[in-house]
Amino acid sequence: MHRIVILGGGTGGTLVANRLRKIYSANEATITVVDQNDDHLYQPGLLFVPFGVGAIKDITRPRRKQLHQDIKYSTRGVTKVELGSNTVRLGDESCLEYDVLVIATGATLSTDETEGLTGPGWMEKVFTFYTPEGATALATVLRDFQGGRIVVNVVDMPIKCPVAPLEFCFLADAYFRKRGIRDRVELTYVTPLDGAFTQPVCSQQLGGMFVDRGIKLVTEFNTGVVDGAGGRLIAYDESEVPFDLAVVIPVHSGAAYVANSEGLGDELGFIPVDEHTLQSKTSPNVFAIGDAAALPASKAGSVAHFEGGVLVENIHRFLDGQHLDASFDGHVNCFIESGSSKALLIDFNYETEPLPGHYPGSVGLPLMKESRLNHLGKLAFQWIYWHSLLPGRDLPFVTSHMPKAGKNFVAPIQKEHSR
Amino acid sequence: MTTMTLAGIDVELNDEGFLVDPSQWTEAMAIDLAGKEGIDPLTEEHWKVVHFMRSEYLAKGSGPSVRVLGKTSGVTIKELYQLFPKGPAKTAAKIAGIPKPKGCI
Repeated sequence: MHRIVILGGGTGGTLVANRLRKIYSANEATITVVDQNDDHLYQPGLLFVPFGVGAIKDITRPRRKQLHQDIKYSTRGVTKVELGSNTVRLGDESCLEYDVLVIATGATLSTDETEGLTGPGWMEKVFTFYTPEGATALATVLRDFQGGRIVVNVVDMPIKCPVAPLEFCFLADAYFRKRGIRDRVELTYVTPLDGAFTQPVCSQQLGGMFVDRGIKLVTEFNTGVVDGAGGRLIAYDESEVPFDLAVVIPVHSGAAYVANSEGLGDELGFIPVDEHTLQSKTSPNVFAIGDAAALPASKAGSVAHFEGGVLVENIHRFLDGQHLDASFDGHVNCFIESGSSKALLIDFNYETEPLPGHYPGSVGLPLMKESRLNHLGKLAFQWIYWHSLLPGRDLPFVTSHMPKAGKNFVAPIQKEHSR
Repeated sequence: MTTMTLAGIDVELNDEGFLVDPSQWTEAMAIDLAGKEGIDPLTEEHWKVVHFMRSEYLAKGSGPSVRVLGKTSGVTIKELYQLFPKGPAKTAAKIAGIPKPKGCI
């Protein structure tokens, strides 16, 4: 009887548990999922809440209900993982022993790492939409906003869904246009990167969309202090950006227990794993999926989904004593809301940056181009998430590996993750 | 790509001024590279960061980001910006003769 323990009942943990259940009957393996609460939040939905579209209750479901009935579910916090004895220590001082451990506890917001962020002005004129509380509070603030300077600030990478702050700008632009007060609102995107986005061709395109919409772009800004009372972002080099309302994306770290678990995580609490097999670099019977993994891929639900197939196969192979499948290619697929019921789609992996064309083949959704079809795709995805992705079903036309057909490979693209 | 002579050795630098072959690096070269970045002289504190960047690169295959540098090098982020005003990770990597630290995606 194999003992498989999965820490985290979010996107990655849930879909892996359900897929493992299809391979192993209840007599062959016990599959246990642990999470600190029973609220499974559809995180992409947080983007729309500030603009009055949807509420937290509409995008939250019980974690337990998303898991097959033969999977054990435990609502407890994790204190630490002891790699030497293959043991997970839980908050109530009980423990779980494992043959295989999957780390799927995602990323958390480290608001305390930025001076002043949660000081005076926090939740009054400094907010984040990356939490249910922040997104909900912003809905009221934006509704009552009559004009002034709004800054959207990414403090540092990596962050979950790196396109979400850009989407926030596009949606805010459309929102204030619709209200007829766009001319009274100054929108500024403040990023530590040297362009709007990390990937060169896409960064250029998104930068152009900023210009078209009159959204200002401040690059290479390394936020040192958020001065809520004084209404300014202050960089380490002492340059400043003033604001009346700041929407800040705090720095991210791995789950807190990782820091207490010797040998498990890196300096930021993410789990170093092989880029292609997802196996821990320190412990062969530990794997990581989704935002928790330290990989050169976006922290996004689509990545967790694409990793799922390889991860489940590798747990199976590991328990059978076979060589692992090294085929995860870093595939990312993201819809980018551009406002006014349109969206772009980007699709890329470790080797290939986002390119124009169509997805998944020469006939399909337009890539890197605004279209209403992509917006409908993004909306439809929430249904697919609860009903197909989490239960571990294969999605029609969607493959784990990035499709090359349909993409316009104009010139050889050398990919560089620049800062 | 440009070829130039640093501390008496012909080396290649990429378009952003990073050493193409990190194994060619010498401490004498670091002083020239720092001068190109407007850092003169290289103080003990600068060297601490430069050596740390280089050892991390040799151990892990990539140099640390500013945030990781602030957590692990023993120099705070504030001090790092005082030492390397144009961006600590990027500038220190350049002086240490290692590739530009990878950002995230």
